[in-house]
Amino acid sequence: MTYFIVQSLNGLFSAALLFLIASGLTLAFGVMRIVNIAHGSFYMLGVYVAYTVAARTSSLLAGTLLAVLVVAAVGFLMQRLFLRRFAAQPLAQMMMTMGFALFFRDAALMIWGGDPFTLATPRWLAGSMEAGAIVFPWYRLFVIVIAALVGVGLWIINDRTLVGARVRATVDDPEIAATMGINVARLSGGVFAVGAALAAFGGVMGGPILGGYAGMDFDLLPLAFVVVIIGGMGSLKGALIGAVVVGMIDNFGKALVPELSYFTLFAPMVLMLALKPTGLYGRA
Amino acid sequence: MVALRAFVITPKLLLAGLCALFLLVAPPFLSAYWVGLLTQVVILGILAMSLDLLIGYTGLPSLGHAGFFGVAAYGVGVLSTTYHAGMWTSIAGGFLAGTLLAALFGLIVSHVRDVYFLMITMALGMVLWGLSFRWIPVTGGDNGISGIPRLEGLIGLPASGPIPFYYIALLVFAACMLLMTLLVRSPFGLTLQGIREHEPRMRSLGFNTWLHGYLSYVCAGAFASIAGIMWAYYNGFVSPTYLELTASSELFLMVTLGGPATLVGPVIGAGAIVILKNVMSAYTARWLLILGIIYIVTILWAPQGLWNLGKRR
Repeated sequence: MTYFIVQSLNGLFSAALLFLIASGLTLAFGVMRIVNIAHGSFYMLGVYVAYTVAARTSSLLAGTLLAVLVVAAVGFLMQRLFLRRFAAQPLAQMMMTMGFALFFRDAALMIWGGDPFTLATPRWLAGSMEAGAIVFPWYRLFVIVIAALVGVGLWIINDRTLVGARVRATVDDPEIAATMGINVARLSGGVFAVGAALAAFGGVMGGPILGGYAGMDFDLLPLAFVVVIIGGMGSLKGALIGAVVVGMIDNFGKALVPELSYFTLFAPMVLMLALKPTGLYGRA
Repeated sequence: MVALRAFVITPKLLLAGLCALFLLVAPPFLSAYWVGLLTQVVILGILAMSLDLLIGYTGLPSLGHAGFFGVAAYGVGVLSTTYHAGMWTSIAGGFLAGTLLAALFGLIVSHVRDVYFLMITMALGMVLWGLSFRWIPVTGGDNGISGIPRLEGLIGLPASGPIPFYYIALLVFAACMLLMTLLVRSPFGLTLQGIREHEPRMRSLGFNTWLHGYLSYVCAGAFASIAGIMWAYYNGFVSPTYLELTASSELFLMVTLGGPATLVGPVIGAGAIVILKNVMSAYTARWLLILGIIYIVTILWAPQGLWNLGKRR
């Protein structure tokens, strides 16, 4: 029982990170119909920038803030200068993001070298929570809570504000949204930047445990895509449910059948596709 | 008029003829290094053409196409080393593995189009990569499988080495190109192009568009398997890098850079990428950075591909 609870908590930790990363991916997909291969790069750049800033200023908070801002700016510029002119051309956009993914990967290797590292755990979150026989690190619990707060924040913005209404309208039908006076191009830039920032934030949150290493960008990307495919492309609620499903399966799969862990992860996706190709909450 | 126009020598036809002549007569005068590169070009050319059937002719953008190539290569690798099977058994095994897998995956992906097709094929490609990487008892994991016997010796050619193998590869390439050309010009191929242009219209004309899309996917998988078999024999080993996402997307780049829906274009794309990669790697370790820039430049300035430059659409 203890084993089960601890593994479930670990699964929730993975789910928290996956949600932070996949929510940006699914939002950008919903608004722009873009398959963003460079999304894993935003996650990677987040950890690297935070690491550099934290090493210089010895402040994790400054590192986190700067990482999120820098990556948001990178995402915004990428959308503004390169992706916007290929609106409604999903293949051209995908190729473009693939080019950026390779570019960022090699640039990161050139700037930071290939040595793996981890971010420091904040001092006040060191140690573990102990409840009876269950021992669980405070930091992981903290990440779960933060991701839940981000989720609530995104839900409020998406469901209760004017910006959110514009985003939902654009997800439903970009052309009609444009005729209603919504500036779809500007909205897309904003959503893309926020998505990039969320991925970077996810990278920083995972930093003390998963750290940074060469190739981390393409390690996480398929998981984020599975989350989005299971949940339905463009749906925040779907991203949440998908993240929990994938996080749990990934953890239990790795613990129980390690040699087939990758396969156990993709099996539910294939099942989902066979039953409902658009995912749980997606629209065709 | 139509019959006459087919015989007019256009600059493009001339260029293609010169390329073919070069591939046919040049290798004996080149160093082993360059013969090796040309062998890579013709094998990856088969693969790029097979992806062109999907992207260019049917309008199905697959981002997991390296999967079939890799599975066929693994089929040859496993059969010829672990089970010591003969050459023809290994080739048949590799071909069946790749093609049957395409038939299976086709059932999953053939109901979706456009971006959904892109994402789902990508995810399926990642499944195959994950299996090749983690299913260590069969695939050898990250180390892959080495020690695949040379093809020239198995066939019973008196000479072995890069040149005889190159000509076997060229022969296979020519046969595949002929078959694919016949395929895309057949009524079946024309129907595929109709589906690419306007699927609902084709459906209302009474075509079973699902079946056409599905068969196109299986055919593309079969040709990719042939390329995978040749690749396994060329390298003498197989490893998970054959199935990586970057491999699938590089293929995608070959087709886009060369020009989709031309068959010749993707071969030129394959040639450009293979030669650039090897030449640049000699001068700089930053090949990925350059490749990334090639992607971006291609989309910005030659989105229809080199072979389609100057053609009005």
